[in-house]
Parts: sequence; C-alpha cells; structure tokens
Amino acid sequence: MPSAMLILVGCQLVGELLRNAFQFPIPGPVIGMFLLAVILGIRANRTGNDRAPPLLKPTAEGLIANMGLLFVPAGVGIVAEAGVIRREWLPIVVAVAGSTILSLLVTALVMHWTLRTPHTSSPDHQGDAS
Amino acid sequence: MSATIRHLWTPLSTTPLLWLVVTLAAYAGGRWMQRACGGSPFASPVLIAILIVGTIMVSTGTSYDTYFAGAQFIHFLLGPVTVALAVPLAENFALVRRHISSIGLALLAGSLTSVISGVGIVWLLGGSRSVALSMAPKAVTTPIAMAVSHQIGGVPALTASLAILGGILAAIIGRHMLARFQIDDWRAHGLAAGVAGSGIAAAQVAAIDEIGAAFAALGIGLNGLLTALLVPLLAALWR
Repeated sequence: MPSAMLILVGCQLVGELLRNAFQFPIPGPVIGMFLLAVILGIRANRTGNDRAPPLLKPTAEGLIANMGLLFVPAGVGIVAEAGVIRREWLPIVVAVAGSTILSLLVTALVMHWTLRTPHTSSPDHQGDAS
Repeated sequence: MSATIRHLWTPLSTTPLLWLVVTLAAYAGGRWMQRACGGSPFASPVLIAILIVGTIMVSTGTSYDTYFAGAQFIHFLLGPVTVALAVPLAENFALVRRHISSIGLALLAGSLTSVISGVGIVWLLGGSRSVALSMAPKAVTTPIAMAVSHQIGGVPALTASLAILGGILAAIIGRHMLARFQIDDWRAHGLAAGVAGSGIAAAQVAAIDEIGAAFAALGIGLNGLLTALLVPLLAALWR
C-alpha cells in the first residue's frame, strides 16, 4: 500500500510538474494517468503479461471501487451553486439529458457499424468471379 | 436541553474531524440505501451523501469553507484515483490493439457529440457561459471532469453533479434504448456506457457482461484522456 501510493502520488506530482513546465492545458493528474498507462504498457510488452503488478493493483482497484466517496466534498459545493441551478434549470436539465442520450447513441452506433463492416483487406474470396 | 446541545456543538462544529466523520457516514448511509434498493442506479450513494451533507450544512448554518477544512482530506484523493485509472486502461490495451479503428472512430464521434451537444444546448436555451463550460466535460469520469472544468473556467461542483446525473440517466436508459436501435453487441454497449455515462453507467453494464465491462473501462479511460486534451483546446477557441 505505501509503495502503491508512492507510485500514484509520484505520477501525479510528475504530471503537475510537466503541466507547469510546459504550460499544458491538461490537468496534472490526467498527465500522471497517461504516464502510468505508458509505463504499464511498456512493462506488459516486455513481460508479456497484461496484468498490473500486484504491488499496485489492490490499492488502485480499492481507490476506484470507492471513487464515489471522493466526489462528495466537491459535490457538496453544489449547495453554494443553488442560485445558478434555480436560474438556469431548463438549459441544465435539457443539456444533460440531450447530450448524454446523443453521445450514447453515436458511440454505440459507430462502434456497431464499424465492427460489422468486414475488413476489406482480409483475403476473403469475395472478389472471386466464380 | 438545547443549551447543552449548543454547548457540545459549538466547539465541535469547527473541528475538521466532525465534517470528515459526517462525509464518511453520509456516504456509508448512501451505500446502505443503494443496497436496500437492490442496487438501483436511482439510489446513487454519491447523490444521497451530497443531499445528506448539504442538508446538515444548511440547517446548521455551516459555511462551505468550514466544511471543506474537514472534507479536504477525502477530496485530496481525487488526484491519486485519477492516476489509478491507468491500471484498468493498461490491462485492456490488447483490446484496443485488436479493434483500434472501431474504438478510435466511436470514441472520437461520441466524445465530440457529448461536448458539442452539451455546450450547444445550454447556449441555445440561453444558459450562461459558466454553465456551458461546466457542461462540456461532464461525460467523463468525475475526477477528470472536475479537473477539466476547473481548467477551463467552469464550476467544478456543478460539473460533478452533472456528471453524476448524466451517469445515472445513461445507466437507466442505455440498455433499452440501444436495444431498440438493434444494437446487441456488448462491445458497443460497454464502450457507449463508458464514453457517455462514465463510472455509473459502466457499473451497470459490468454487472451484466464481462466483455462489456472491459470495453466500458476502456471508454472511461480513453474518453478521459481525449476530453482532457480536446475540451481545453475547444474552450480556448470559443472566446
């Protein structure tokens, strides 16, 4: 657990440092996630094993399983935003519902169509004039 | 009686420990209620906890700053959990390689649809700029959504609530709506849940199908990365 936290917080710190040094418009933790994913990918390539190291995995999965708890402090800040929500409830409700439905549909339809389209490069006998 | 309570409450209400305990207890209560409702996505532990803590704060006249002095210890873990999302992402790299063009196209189309339609609807219905910016990253997993919202000048607390509401909606309607469009492939269901509804919708798919769960994890991780790259760029153009 301490070494897993060290890896996670270390990647976050490097992410924040890179963000400050290069003025990336990307949040530091996201850069940290990208770094860790690359490191794990390289490691998987070298060892031929996709599983994350047992040093890291239980802590990472424990944090992810309880991710909901971590949103509560920031979410409570919504109490301070009650005025905005009362004033703009219509655009807020319509936009959340509309964009969620559209995005679900578009993602699933594109995925569905592209998975069903046969690979034209594969050596099938479709072109045979028999 | 009330004097005794005030006597106990007044020194307690300013210690960070009290609000740490309240937050943990409210979330544990939310988890318990969701289990009691058979795991229904309506009974989101996060929403329940926010409602409980919010009610206690308002009824005791506590300021958000006082609350946050205690809750910041939980809030801090948002950074490490974002980094931890690399673990499921990396474990599914093989899936990405196998379906790289399908996943890439679907991810780009779904992500752009979510950002543009979210911002566009707010703008069309006369919403303010800060609400539109808070809406832009709401489809991605909440820690990333909040970080991006903060980055581009949205309201992170509003984005967190929108992300949770969108996730609940996607979890409730996703499966039936996609079935109506003749989409029966769990790879498509999973990716769509991850891209459009992040963790809450993904959990709903993951409970049904293992392949769907892997694609949902991919959708969450890849859309988090893509949105974190795309939305600040789009926001910089929209001035």
